Amino acid sequence: MYNDKNSKKIVETIQNWARSHSVWVLAYGTGCGAIEIAPTMTSRYDAERLGFRGAATPRQADVMLITGYLTVKTVKRVVRVYEQMQSPKYVVGFGSCTINGGMYYDSYNTINLLDKYLPVDVYINGCMPRPEAVIAGLAKLQQIIREGKANGAEKYLENLDWYKANQRKIAPKWIAKAPDYNW
Amino acid sequence: MEYILIKTLEAMATFILAFLVGMTYGGVVRKITGRVHNRLGPPWYQNFIDAFKLFSKTRGIHHGAMHFLGAAFLMVTSVVSLMIIPVLAPGGHAWYNSWFTNMNFNGDLIFLLYIMTFGPLGMAMGAGQTGNPNSSIGVTRGLSQMVGFEIPWVMALVALMISYKTTSVIDFMNIQRETGTWLMFANPFAFIAAVLAMLGMFRYSPFDIVGAPTELASGPVSENGGKFLFTMMSSGSVFTFAKLVLYVDLFMGGANNLVMLVVKTFLLYMIPVLYGIVSPRYRTEQAVRWFWGWPTFIGLLAILYAVMF
Repeated sequence: MYNDKNSKKIVETIQNWARSHSVWVLAYGTGCGAIEIAPTMTSRYDAERLGFRGAATPRQADVMLITGYLTVKTVKRVVRVYEQMQSPKYVVGFGSCTINGGMYYDSYNTINLLDKYLPVDVYINGCMPRPEAVIAGLAKLQQIIREGKANGAEKYLENLDWYKANQRKIAPKWIAKAPDYNW
Repeated sequence: MEYILIKTLEAMATFILAFLVGMTYGGVVRKITGRVHNRLGPPWYQNFIDAFKLFSKTRGIHHGAMHFLGAAFLMVTSVVSLMIIPVLAPGGHAWYNSWFTNMNFNGDLIFLLYIMTFGPLGMAMGAGQTGNPNSSIGVTRGLSQMVGFEIPWVMALVALMISYKTTSVIDFMNIQRETGTWLMFANPFAFIAAVLAMLGMFRYSPFDIVGAPTELASGPVSENGGKFLFTMMSSGSVFTFAKLVLYVDLFMGGANNLVMLVVKTFLLYMIPVLYGIVSPRYRTEQAVRWFWGWPTFIGLLAILYAVMF
């Protein structure tokens, strides 16, 4: 009774509803986009009323917000942080830089498309996206969590070789002797 | 056998009450904080959604056996102190009153003094195992702060023990019912010292040096996600409720029914919360020095008052 398909579906629906209404955000503020997080969370736009809340550490977080460009150096840290998060976990690419490199499209040490290195669930376009756009993007994330389509963590594990190969291309020495930590 | 079954059911009723009220208080505090910040704030039931989400995380890594003991010690502390503290006055009028006086005994106040420091010690072990430097710093700070606020808190309790020559919480409740005076008026110095110690006990600003948002990344719990965090969150809520009930029992005459219990505990809870919202954070040595200043002096006055009058 407890393990048949329909019961599992009901439980999953309730769990997805809870996941979509309690989203703990780990803002990886490397780029200029981090400046838009503050007005999103504080009294003008108040994302907490929708269930968003800042998480202190990767272990507690549900969503990683990549706010802007990623250099080769920071990609290593982002990958490490992403792997420390506990699934179900989601990634939101924030700003043009994570989609096509933005104004750094021809830079020698920034990546252009984040999706090659981590499974991104939602992109928020703009340079910079205003808090309205951020909240719209997070609402889109809520929607796909509720529909059960936000399965980036499974995608990452299934295509681990492809992701690791891409990461190795930009940081050859680091991936080979990656530090010993458990996911 | 029947007696044990009934006792178990009563204990479960107490626990469910503490869980619901404690979690609701957490959500209400977030709402109040939001309103003070001129925000709308999350709904009052946000903590329940958070807890359920944490519980339904599919992955939860651990760092060894001691890591489990951290959460387990916290759970044991909160549940045991809730079981020892009589939640409602036993001689009340409502039909459910006898449900909520679980395992209290003569001398439970001394036992409570011990068991309430047990959880932080367990957390220290668990946080040490995780190997995160933020956890170790948080634990060091937490134990320093505990050394700070335990002194006025113990002094307040010792003053009460000297005055009434008992160490049973039920006896204190009966004394307040018989004399008709709450102990917060009978020995005001003890109450003030205990309330000042409470500011540190609940770890809101300016004494949030353990969790220290943006500074220590939530301190001792920084390596805990998913079900670990759920355990800590729910035990923290239950423990908060238990401590509030202990204050109400000792100083405000206990409560005869659930409505009065919620009103009294909520009013008392608002002291650290509202003081915390508008305060910045102390450093560790400032916090300890603060507790060993006026609160300890008022605690000494309470003992003198108890000895003389």
